[in-house]
Amino acid sequence: MYRSVTNRRSFIKKMAMLSAMTAAASMFPGIVFASEQEKNIPEDANLDWKKGPCRFCGVGCGILVGTENGKAVAVKGDPQSSVNKGLLCVKGYHQIMCIQSKDRLTHALVKRNGRYVKTPLSEALDIVADKMKSTIDTHGKDAVAMYTSGQSTIPEGYVASKFMKGAIGTNNLDCNARLCMASAVAGFLTTFGADEPMGCYEDIDHADYFVTWGNNMAEMHPVLFSRMLEQKGTRGAKIIDFATRTTRSSTASDKSILFEPQTDLAVANAICYEIIKNNWVNTSFVEKHCNFSKGITNMGYGLEDNYTFADKPEPIDFEAYKEFLKDYSPEKVSKYSKVSVKDIKYLAAIYGDPNKKVVSYWCMGMNQHTRGTWINNLVYNIHLLTGKISQPGNGPFSLTGQPSACGTAREVGTFTHKLPKGVVTNEKNRRLAAKIWKVPYERIPSKPTYHATEMFRAVDRGDIKFIWTQATNPLVSLPKTSRYRPGMQKDSCFVVVSDVFPTPTSDVADVILPAAWHIEKSGLYGNSERRTQHWDKMVEAPGEATEDAWMFIEVARRMGYGDLFPYSKENHVEEIYNEYRQFHEGPKHGMAPLEVLKKESGVIWPYVKGKSTQWRFNSTYDPACSNGEDFHFYGKPDGKAVIWQRPFEEAPEKPDQEYPFWLNTGRVVEHWHTGSMTRRIPVLHQAMPHAYVEFHPEDAKSYGIRNGDQVKVSSKRGSCVLPASINERGLPTKGQVFVPFFDENMLINDVTLDAFCPISKEPDYKKCAVKVEKV
Amino acid sequence: MPIKSYLAHAITGKKTELMHALKSMEQCEVVPAENQDVLALVTDTANEQEDELLKEKIEAIESLKLLSLVSGFNAPQK
Repeated sequence: MYRSVTNRRSFIKKMAMLSAMTAAASMFPGIVFASEQEKNIPEDANLDWKKGPCRFCGVGCGILVGTENGKAVAVKGDPQSSVNKGLLCVKGYHQIMCIQSKDRLTHALVKRNGRYVKTPLSEALDIVADKMKSTIDTHGKDAVAMYTSGQSTIPEGYVASKFMKGAIGTNNLDCNARLCMASAVAGFLTTFGADEPMGCYEDIDHADYFVTWGNNMAEMHPVLFSRMLEQKGTRGAKIIDFATRTTRSSTASDKSILFEPQTDLAVANAICYEIIKNNWVNTSFVEKHCNFSKGITNMGYGLEDNYTFADKPEPIDFEAYKEFLKDYSPEKVSKYSKVSVKDIKYLAAIYGDPNKKVVSYWCMGMNQHTRGTWINNLVYNIHLLTGKISQPGNGPFSLTGQPSACGTAREVGTFTHKLPKGVVTNEKNRRLAAKIWKVPYERIPSKPTYHATEMFRAVDRGDIKFIWTQATNPLVSLPKTSRYRPGMQKDSCFVVVSDVFPTPTSDVADVILPAAWHIEKSGLYGNSERRTQHWDKMVEAPGEATEDAWMFIEVARRMGYGDLFPYSKENHVEEIYNEYRQFHEGPKHGMAPLEVLKKESGVIWPYVKGKSTQWRFNSTYDPACSNGEDFHFYGKPDGKAVIWQRPFEEAPEKPDQEYPFWLNTGRVVEHWHTGSMTRRIPVLHQAMPHAYVEFHPEDAKSYGIRNGDQVKVSSKRGSCVLPASINERGLPTKGQVFVPFFDENMLINDVTLDAFCPISKEPDYKKCAVKVEKV
Repeated sequence: MPIKSYLAHAITGKKTELMHALKSMEQCEVVPAENQDVLALVTDTANEQEDELLKEKIEAIESLKLLSLVSGFNAPQK
């Protein structure tokens, strides 16, 4: 008894210490307690430190995992990684604690007579293959679908794409990166014809100004934010936070500018108006390297099932663009954006100053937007007009949310419209895929089918009769889960869920497959700066938990596609990566050989002649530039980037008399997305045990709401009850409430709207109308 | 039997001094941050009175700029 009490006390002391460190991490992004990292290591321990990337966000910090006797016992930042230089955030440091969770999925579970029955994995995979095959036989290949993740490894995404598009012959493959990065992709493709940022994190060491667009980096990308703060302290670099809510990023910045939701479109145009008016345009750059275009306006919002849209770009000239901008003078925009004329001019002057280097950062604020592609285009316009792009310290930089949203979702292409190189609508791209996959060219369909939102609508309608999800939790993360949860519960669809832990999504599954966690398998991730990182398996997975890639291969073989998946269990990661690399051969996207990735803490593509390309499209750094000029935007056939004429348009749903508040949703530093991992890490769970609804103090006062009061937040779609939070973590503007979405017990996505950007098909989680009631 | 955790903010440049002062107190466990003038501190005392006395002693340390409470637990000692 004495022993157990002592242990309990020692446990509480450890929890108390971790709480203090978590609190410190929230206050000082990037803070490191190095001695604590080593503290749990026995003095006589002979740990084997293995390198890899962090399991969480898209920053892609390098970690070192210490293993002893087959167990992961410690994590520390990798000092060799140029991304984080030994730093880790609070999530990164504690990441391995979740894998020992008591409710870990260690065996397959098959639902029989309404109850989950532990089933040998081989038998469960037989059931999955049989069901998938019989569904195709009865209803056609477009009756089956797969929904994967920006947390899947590159080989996992590649095998999923080959299985669905090359073997079965359906484009019913999409992923959760649609919910976070699709607008960035569409923005890059429409402006530059090539996806992913042209710069890299080293921009932080050169920029004079960092302008963050709706991006709470202090909580979402804390290690990068700490690098910015370091530059602020040492070189006097300035951080300007442009957002709809005051956050920890705002308070750590030199200036915080708040705007009315959706009006970032107008403010971006106003900045361009000022740049032209004040003759700050880099004329020679624009004349040599840019075209001007406009597209269709009043596109709608995708609120109805089977909504389709295709833009029709039309060339315009500089004078027409200048004329268009007359509607966006600072004086006009200030009236509805609630940004002062002075602040708009201040922002424009930063970008317009030829002697200052500026990096713009954004993530979900701009991407989860019903005009997400447009706002991405508009920020590129600012950088193109001033020529501040593709140079150290100058450039637009969209940050990713997930660890391999770039590497897997975007580069491998686990979207309905994508292939590992190019898109399904392009015959040349289909022919290349067919050649490498060794399948008949005709088998790869030329038309995209369902993007994420439409895929779950199709499940609800009964059009999709089999769906397999991996490493994702859509019944917490989709918008309007009030529709999609009952849809997934219908008997018309057979649901297979592969995951590491049980989630609300696995709760509706017919078969649950136990997945290995990232250090329990070998793999590769690709981060926000085009850095590909490899790691070797570090520990064994428990029970029958297995790599997702291997489960796909096993099912494909059972369905008769074995000849397309000739990989070995021991070396499949290497074999798959070597096959995948063939898609990107050449100076524009060459990937590093595996032997290089095994040695280095990540390598940036294009990897040409043994060297990473840090700044694309700039002939000083990028060997793919071939036009003889300083810059070459070779993603476009004529080598020129596009400055887009994109107007301000209202959000589909705005506050009114019945629903008087904007609802904004997002994340917190302690939790990773839907919390399925971080809520199983005791110190993180204790630091942030549940969600909450943030109010502006004046709104709270007028409703008689105090901190901790239970409040019902309702929209036309659903409601959610949460405790009120006033003047705590963040401060929304008056007339707005904010709710984090990590808490499966307080499902705020029952309330959100499934409107999306018509071009990127990415939903807007940042704006819908709600009412609040004290309960 | 209180167990409490704090963030102890050191006067600029005096983190090491503060760490030594805290480590000299039997009821304190300290972990310094690598890259900030902050220490994570856990105190373990027998009762409320001892806890109060310890807090007074800590607050009297010259190299301490600010002591902020993070969490408090009350656990059985034996």
